[in-house]
Amino acid sequence: MTRVTGLRVRGLNKNFGGLTVAQDINIDLPPGARTALIGPNGAGKTTFSNLITGILTPSAGEITLNGQDLRALNEAQRVKAGVAKTFQITTLFRDLTVRQNLRLAQQERDGRAQSWFRRADSWPEAEDEIDAQLAAFRLLDLEEMRVDDLAYGQQRLVEMAMTLMLKPRVLILDEPAAGVPSSDSHLITDAIERLPDDLAVLIIEHDMKLVFQVASSIIVLVNGAILTQGSPDEIAANQQVRDLYLGGHHD
Amino acid sequence: MSLFFNILIDGIAYGMILFMIAVGLSVTMGLMRVINLAHGGFALVGGAVAHWLMVAQSMSFWVAAPLGVAASVALAWPLERLIYRRIYGFGDLQQVLATIGLTFLMIATVNRLLGSTLLALPLPELLAQSVDLGFRTLPLHRLVVIGVGLAVIAGLWLLIDRTRFGIRLRAAVDNRSAASAIGINTGLIYSATFCLGAGLAALGGILGAEMLPIEAYYPLRYMVLFLIVVAVGGMGSISGSFAAALGLGILDTATRYLVPDFGTIFFYGCIILFLALRPNGLWGRTA
Amino acid sequence: MSDTTLTPKRTRTIAGIPFLGEAILIAVVIGAYFLFPYNLAFLTRILIMVLLVLSLDLVLGFAGIATLGQAAMYGPGAYAAGLFAVHVSGAPLPGLVVGAVAGAALAFLSGLVLMRAKGLTLIMLTIAVASICLEIANKARDVTGGADGLRGIRMEPVAGLFEFDFIGKTAYWYVFVVVFVVFLLLKRLANAPLGQSLRGIHESPERMAAIGAPVYRRLVLAYTLGGGIAGIAGALAAQVTQLVSLEVYSFNLSAEALIMLILGGTGRLYGAIIGTVIFMTVHHVAAAADPFNWLFLIGFMVLGVVFCLPKGLAHLPTALTRLVRGRA
Ligand SMILES: Nc1ncnc2c1ncn2[C@@H]1O[C@H](COP(=O)(O)OP(=O)(O)OP(=O)(O)O)[C@@H](O)[C@H]1O
Ligand SMILES: [Mg+2]
Repeated sequence: MTRVTGLRVRGLNKNFGGLTVAQDINIDLPPGARTALIGPNGAGKTTFSNLITGILTPSAGEITLNGQDLRALNEAQRVKAGVAKTFQITTLFRDLTVRQNLRLAQQERDGRAQSWFRRADSWPEAEDEIDAQLAAFRLLDLEEMRVDDLAYGQQRLVEMAMTLMLKPRVLILDEPAAGVPSSDSHLITDAIERLPDDLAVLIIEHDMKLVFQVASSIIVLVNGAILTQGSPDEIAANQQVRDLYLGGHHD
Repeated sequence: MSLFFNILIDGIAYGMILFMIAVGLSVTMGLMRVINLAHGGFALVGGAVAHWLMVAQSMSFWVAAPLGVAASVALAWPLERLIYRRIYGFGDLQQVLATIGLTFLMIATVNRLLGSTLLALPLPELLAQSVDLGFRTLPLHRLVVIGVGLAVIAGLWLLIDRTRFGIRLRAAVDNRSAASAIGINTGLIYSATFCLGAGLAALGGILGAEMLPIEAYYPLRYMVLFLIVVAVGGMGSISGSFAAALGLGILDTATRYLVPDFGTIFFYGCIILFLALRPNGLWGRTA
Repeated sequence: MSDTTLTPKRTRTIAGIPFLGEAILIAVVIGAYFLFPYNLAFLTRILIMVLLVLSLDLVLGFAGIATLGQAAMYGPGAYAAGLFAVHVSGAPLPGLVVGAVAGAALAFLSGLVLMRAKGLTLIMLTIAVASICLEIANKARDVTGGADGLRGIRMEPVAGLFEFDFIGKTAYWYVFVVVFVVFLLLKRLANAPLGQSLRGIHESPERMAAIGAPVYRRLVLAYTLGGGIAGIAGALAAQVTQLVSLEVYSFNLSAEALIMLILGGTGRLYGAIIGTVIFMTVHHVAAAADPFNWLFLIGFMVLGVVFCLPKGLAHLPTALTRLVRGRA
């Protein structure tokens, strides 16, 4: 038996009543992958991500990470196994500070979230790690701000920084640039480009400029099924994709 | 067999009362998303006014009862305009708190004016007699309650399904912002719905005084019961409230007859089990 | 929200002075003792109620579990402590432990079902659980005394040293020490990882699950802890009044606890204290002045809070500061 590394999805199906939103999807995300998942609105991209993270249960199909079956695990257990995601609509602890947001993810990862007597900020090494992460995302100046008071682009960064605190092996970014003003979108692109090399990243995105900038491979999803996949050049040259999807942008 | 029949008739009559009182609560919860713990207060106000008219003004039941309902509506209108309208946007707990405050004020008012004793609503002779169905005699009152209950659900069905108001109401329940965007006056719909619910509660309170006696603490005493009807039926669903009220009425009556010592425990146990399995009620929308 | 919640690298204190809050608290308790020597029983009731409201703050203010049934956990604490005193031992401290375990056990068992529900259904189920407990206590009159109440509670001296006296001095200090210890522990909890994670669940359960937190299990944990504290409050009430009545399960108790908490402000432990003291005092004074009409006052007070101070009195300073800063 060959040892499969990374995320492997085979024959994934999902129906909502009569509506098929995932149809026989096969995807491999080896460590270091930079794969973009594109497709028109309602194609089933978010649904796919929810199937991987355990928010939804597939009707059929296999999902494994480094050979481990993920289907038996619930959402929280899959995070422990190494799958993490950011939401299409930023989902954060809005009333807490940037630093506290990161710390919550960190304490879950380290398994000290149930400790009830020691102050949450009294683990010096953990605080140093948060400092480093904040610095990497250029958020150090904002650490004391309530997340709710930040600009949307900054909130997106906080969400990425927080998700990375989990030290995932597979990261799913659901439209990381959606809603971010174009003047700030370079922040997102930069952050994606600086992600750890061995991390497998799946980027769901409508912004083609961003996709072509960061992705080394692209999957096109239409009506829940994979239409085609290939390198950015192949996808850009694919007439079917141009008609179906890119066409709208080039008119 | 006769026991079974008694349970059925009493249970259905009781269920009809629960339905009349709770349906307004369910619709306001579904429509305005407001947790109105003061709803039982409208049944109290209707009952208390009817009591006062009958006992102190020696009016007949047939005059006092409609006036009681009218009084409740007359109170509901300004309350909706002045108080409820402001709390629609609040969080769950703020709503709970505000409406508990209103409940206290209603209780205190009735307490102040009429005291804390039972407020009897003597049935007119016509209703107090029993009818002979051939195989069995029944208190006419029960049959009238059942008849009124059926008339109410039929009337509501006609109203919702067949009138412009109903179309607008359904549109507003489904999607508030879209409804006001296409020019439906949601404010007016809210007021009308709220008053209708209050009036029905008063009707149920007056007709059901034999089963749920009217007294100042009525809104608190039976609040849980009304809320349970809404939760089991599913918020905002009229047919759900109807089915839930009948089911709960029969269940409650049956447990009282059959296991008198553990009736309440059994009743609540069933409800917890049901809601644990179906948190959104029979066919309700998600909260 | 920050008196008792965490701001990194710096301990938040009132006016920057460490333990000022605790010092004021102790000063007030001592002051009240000398100012109102004939009202110690009432002051003790306030302290017990503070404890119940603190337990509600943990459940609702921290973890965001909407409940109108906190009495469901207060009751078992009261009955368990009462029965323990009648049948086993009149020693107060073991009685407290028994009460805490009883409250926590009921919270844990009901929490397994309740914590799956949300919103209105949750509120309703919490009411239903308390109603069932009331019915069971009512029906099991051989054990609980039913509607007559559980009588015959005789307490031994606290820790074998302090006799309960007729005026209630011992009871006052005993209850205060217990409440104060629980308060300090809750303050620790608020700033510890567990307290923070409960706030996280309160703010966004989705995000919490997405960072790998077992949300359901942690809610059950919070509910159980809250139940244990409510159980201690019930046990104190049983020991001090030497009577347990069915009232311990009443809806009014749960509702009033909620009013007090929201009046003071949720999620901040001082809010629970302030709200309870104000509510109970108003209630006491109004009910003494006019036993039939105090409900008017409470009703108006509740509406006033909802409309004028939606976040509770404890947020008043923050609101004022913001106002002043905004102007400056
Ligand atoms: N819980 C649900 N029940 C029923 N249908 C659903 C549910 N969630 C999503 N859908 C449907 O599944 C389809 C795919 O939705 P999904 O959110 O995955 O699309 P998407 O590709 O992420 O679109 P977008 O680019 O707009 O984010 C849509 O038609 C949507 O209406
Ligand atoms: Mg999507």
